[in-house]
Amino acid sequence: METGLVFNIQKYSVQDGPGIRTTVFLKGCPLCCQWCHNPESQSARPEIIFIESRCIGCGECRRACPFAESLRGEGPLPPKVEGCDRCGECVDACPTDARQMVGKEMTVDEVMAEVLQDGIFYEESLGGVTFSGGEPLTQPAFLKALLTTCRARGVRTAVDTCGFACTNVLLEVAQLTDLILFDLKLMDEAKHLEYTGVSNAPILANLKALDHIHDNIWVRVPLIPGINDDAENLEAVARFASTISGVTQVSVLPYHKIGVQKFRRLGLVFPLENLQPPSAEQVETAVGRFRAAGLAARAGA
Amino acid sequence: MTERTAQLRQRSLDTPPSLTGERARLMTEFYQANDGKFSVPVMRAQSFLHLCQHKTIYLGDSEMIVGERGPAPKVVPTFPELTCHSAEDLRILNSRPKTWYRVDDECLRLYEEKVIPYWRGRSMRDRMFAELPQEWRDAYDAGLFTEFMEQRAPGHTVLDDKIYAKGMLDFKQDIADAIAKLDFLNDPQAYEKRETLKSFDISCDALIVFAERHAALARELAAKEANGQRQAELLKIAEVCSHVPAHAPRDFQEALQYYWFCHLAVITELNGWDSFNPGHLDQHLLPFYERGLADGTLTMESARELLECFFIKFNNHPAPPKVGVTAAESGTYTDFANINIGGLRRDGSDGSNEVSHLLLDIVDEMHLLQPSTNIQLSRKSPDHFLKHALRVVSRGYGFPSIFNADTVVEEQLRQGKSLEDARAGGCSGCVEVGAFGKEAYILTGYFNLVKVLEITLHNGLDPRTGKKLGPQTGAADSFKTYDDLFAAFRKQLQHFVEIKVRGSRLIERMYADHMPAPFLSVLIDDCIKNGRDYNAGGARYNNTFIQMVGLGSITDSLSAMKQFCFDPASGNGRGKTSLPELVAALDNNFATDELLRQRLVNKTHKYGNDDDYADALMLDVFNACFEEVDGRPDARGGHYRVEMLPTTCHVYFGSVTGAMPDGRKAGLPLSEGISPVQGADRRGPTAVFKSAGKMDHVKTGGTLLNMKFTPSLVATDDGLDKWGHLVRGYFKMDGHHVQFNVTTADTLRQAQTAPEQHRDLIVRVAGYSDYFCDLSKELQEEIIARTEHQGF
Repeated sequence: METGLVFNIQKYSVQDGPGIRTTVFLKGCPLCCQWCHNPESQSARPEIIFIESRCIGCGECRRACPFAESLRGEGPLPPKVEGCDRCGECVDACPTDARQMVGKEMTVDEVMAEVLQDGIFYEESLGGVTFSGGEPLTQPAFLKALLTTCRARGVRTAVDTCGFACTNVLLEVAQLTDLILFDLKLMDEAKHLEYTGVSNAPILANLKALDHIHDNIWVRVPLIPGINDDAENLEAVARFASTISGVTQVSVLPYHKIGVQKFRRLGLVFPLENLQPPSAEQVETAVGRFRAAGLAARAGA
Repeated sequence: MTERTAQLRQRSLDTPPSLTGERARLMTEFYQANDGKFSVPVMRAQSFLHLCQHKTIYLGDSEMIVGERGPAPKVVPTFPELTCHSAEDLRILNSRPKTWYRVDDECLRLYEEKVIPYWRGRSMRDRMFAELPQEWRDAYDAGLFTEFMEQRAPGHTVLDDKIYAKGMLDFKQDIADAIAKLDFLNDPQAYEKRETLKSFDISCDALIVFAERHAALARELAAKEANGQRQAELLKIAEVCSHVPAHAPRDFQEALQYYWFCHLAVITELNGWDSFNPGHLDQHLLPFYERGLADGTLTMESARELLECFFIKFNNHPAPPKVGVTAAESGTYTDFANINIGGLRRDGSDGSNEVSHLLLDIVDEMHLLQPSTNIQLSRKSPDHFLKHALRVVSRGYGFPSIFNADTVVEEQLRQGKSLEDARAGGCSGCVEVGAFGKEAYILTGYFNLVKVLEITLHNGLDPRTGKKLGPQTGAADSFKTYDDLFAAFRKQLQHFVEIKVRGSRLIERMYADHMPAPFLSVLIDDCIKNGRDYNAGGARYNNTFIQMVGLGSITDSLSAMKQFCFDPASGNGRGKTSLPELVAALDNNFATDELLRQRLVNKTHKYGNDDDYADALMLDVFNACFEEVDGRPDARGGHYRVEMLPTTCHVYFGSVTGAMPDGRKAGLPLSEGISPVQGADRRGPTAVFKSAGKMDHVKTGGTLLNMKFTPSLVATDDGLDKWGHLVRGYFKMDGHHVQFNVTTADTLRQAQTAPEQHRDLIVRVAGYSDYFCDLSKELQEEIIARTEHQGF
């Protein structure tokens, strides 16, 4: 059976598509957006995070760590340990769940068992499952197996993608899902490269490829002040989205700072330390630009 | 609100609650003068008539709906024939930091000189405690259960639609007919029945007298009134009060005023629990509302103002003061009148109407502690009705609570009621189900499941006092398997349920014989037809409930023991802990075992996460309670049933219960209702609903589920829709009730200082969610600021 690396299964997800949903987050992403609010989703391997506020300083993690002898210092381990092979001993030992393993290899059946727990709520709300990430298309066989199983079990699906993927994979997945949440961040290729680490050319080509192929695409635009909220960029996004037949909605997702501390939990530094969330007016203006282009747009999902 | 209702509301909020000795004085004087002259029921009715004739009546400036139980708003009488407060009790009531009542020296003197000397030893409470066996007192003192009727009369009932079609004169005719039919030749109880029916008749007269005094006062004030508009209002009040309650109401104002007189009568005659309740107010008022609009005597605005006046009346009536354990179990001014909105009609069609929406608007606008309000949501209730209610809930005041009208009907059918009576029923108090106007459904007390487990772990001893309370069912080291442990718990449960039921039956019988409720009996079918009092089994349906408390705490405790002590395969982070070791850690209140406690808190399967490991244990406990209680005969010809609700008793029960294997330290509150342990549910609302939906709610008389919701989830129209779907999903699983507390900035601040109790607070934004307590201080502050900004 297909397996995949999952880093979170979020129930009562109400901002990732219609109705009440469960969002399954697949780990691994080809982009590394500087504003990323799920930095633990980027690596395609399991990682250990450390939630400082939960730590009571008991040092059980150090006692459990097979590499502890080669480490200097005492007390709780830092998030990143040199030579760590993610054996998980420190995670099991931590009595307060301050150390957690992010990323778990799961079978399709295991994921489906959790997804189906909320079937009664999907039925009631016309909701379903959203596969998000990371980038779910980085695990194509697993994703397709999940989508096929969902369809067989009568569960509606959505796939939330950054669009940076092999076109064939995207088109195959498009055949298997009811809704595509397609992120468009920056229309300027150089800026896209600067802020996300990759060119936007394949992303735009992929969205184009979905034209007349899928009839329910929500374009999602994260609103990052000073980076992509200028009129020029938003209008370009709107123009482009307008040319794709299946785009039924544009969602403007305001940047928020809540993800910032996740960098710390991974032992990383957040590259946009001083970035502030957009004001309500800025969000309204952005939404207005899409509406002006004749698109159904809203703030939030 | 209009200027009038804004003023009346403010007056109600600003007036401090106080006690009056007037009722106690009138009652004492009447008993001293008349003791021995009448049969018990007639004595009760005559004393009630005496109160109605002589109590100080009140008609406040600009009031439209009139009548107070005390001499003025927020002034609460006492009931010495039930509980005779000591002078010390009164001083404590005056000075305690919470739910205090001001008591003046005159009242104290009256008590010391007149009331206490007469009632000490004669009050129900004194007589009851003299009769109850030692084993009952020991268990009661240890905090295994409480007893509702030790300070307040049985009550817990609700009115149906009968008063909107019949006046007191019509009821008097029914009573006369019943007396005429008595068969003194063949019926050995004919005499008792006649005395009972006579008592009913006298109490009808009493209410008419009471209303007439208000009519006279209104006329008197009108004569002196300079303002022409107010004079007209006073004359209208006079007209209303001389028409109802003697006759059936003719318009909207008369309908409200008539109910209000009945309400006052029920809560003056005795101090029954959950005061009294108009039930399906929207359905009852609709014909008067429509007629008024059609003939031009009413507008939507004037109807709204009258309803606002009516709501303020409830808020003017804090619960009669409780003392001792009862104050701890129900430490609130709320007297639990709980107005039902929506629901079903007798014919099974949707009961929501324009008045339902009017009531929801009023709840939204007035933010009063009383009355409580709920919506009865059926499959047939329209979505816009649910959405309106949720919009009101989203303001963060907790009301209205939401009930599953279809399950409410099913629960009653299981108890053997007719379909139509079940549909006309609903919920009262916190979550209790009853057939309105036709049932005596008596709550007898809360029951501490967690304490029973604690005693099980100590082989029948209460570790707090060292007293032996239960049978010896084995020491901690004698349990070889988890099933052995649960079997021992089961035996202890049976032991304490039987002590409780023996005590309650005795108390119920004492009420039947010594403390009938003639006025209430007039209002509840079929007391007149049966010639039998409400307290003696005269109602068409009789049920008696025990309220189980601590379901989440006991489930998580059992789960921890199963996992850590008996089930090494399931993994708890660090190998096996023996049960005696665990019990030793509990006895020590985890003083030297913080790491063990943390593992118990964080590494155990917990109820509330749609996790079958824990939820299966919850079901075992629930089913054990059901099997132990349901179907035992009560003292009124009905049966004992279970309910799962705590009011505030989980706090008191927690205070007498030691540390438990769920990681809870000694003395802290237990979980409440069927809600998970505070902070133990980590998978969001659908998982809580799924866990709670695994029990068969239809077998209960009500379950209570509280849920915290962060405002960001419900801030948008789309959020409200999804919230509605969530509720409907739970109700599809036959969930009985849910009440949402939309988190306020205050709650978030509490979560900052006590994260362990708020681990379930999830902050959600698109593509991201996190536990509030895990956020950095800076981000927490940002969210608090945003919460405040949204006005929640």
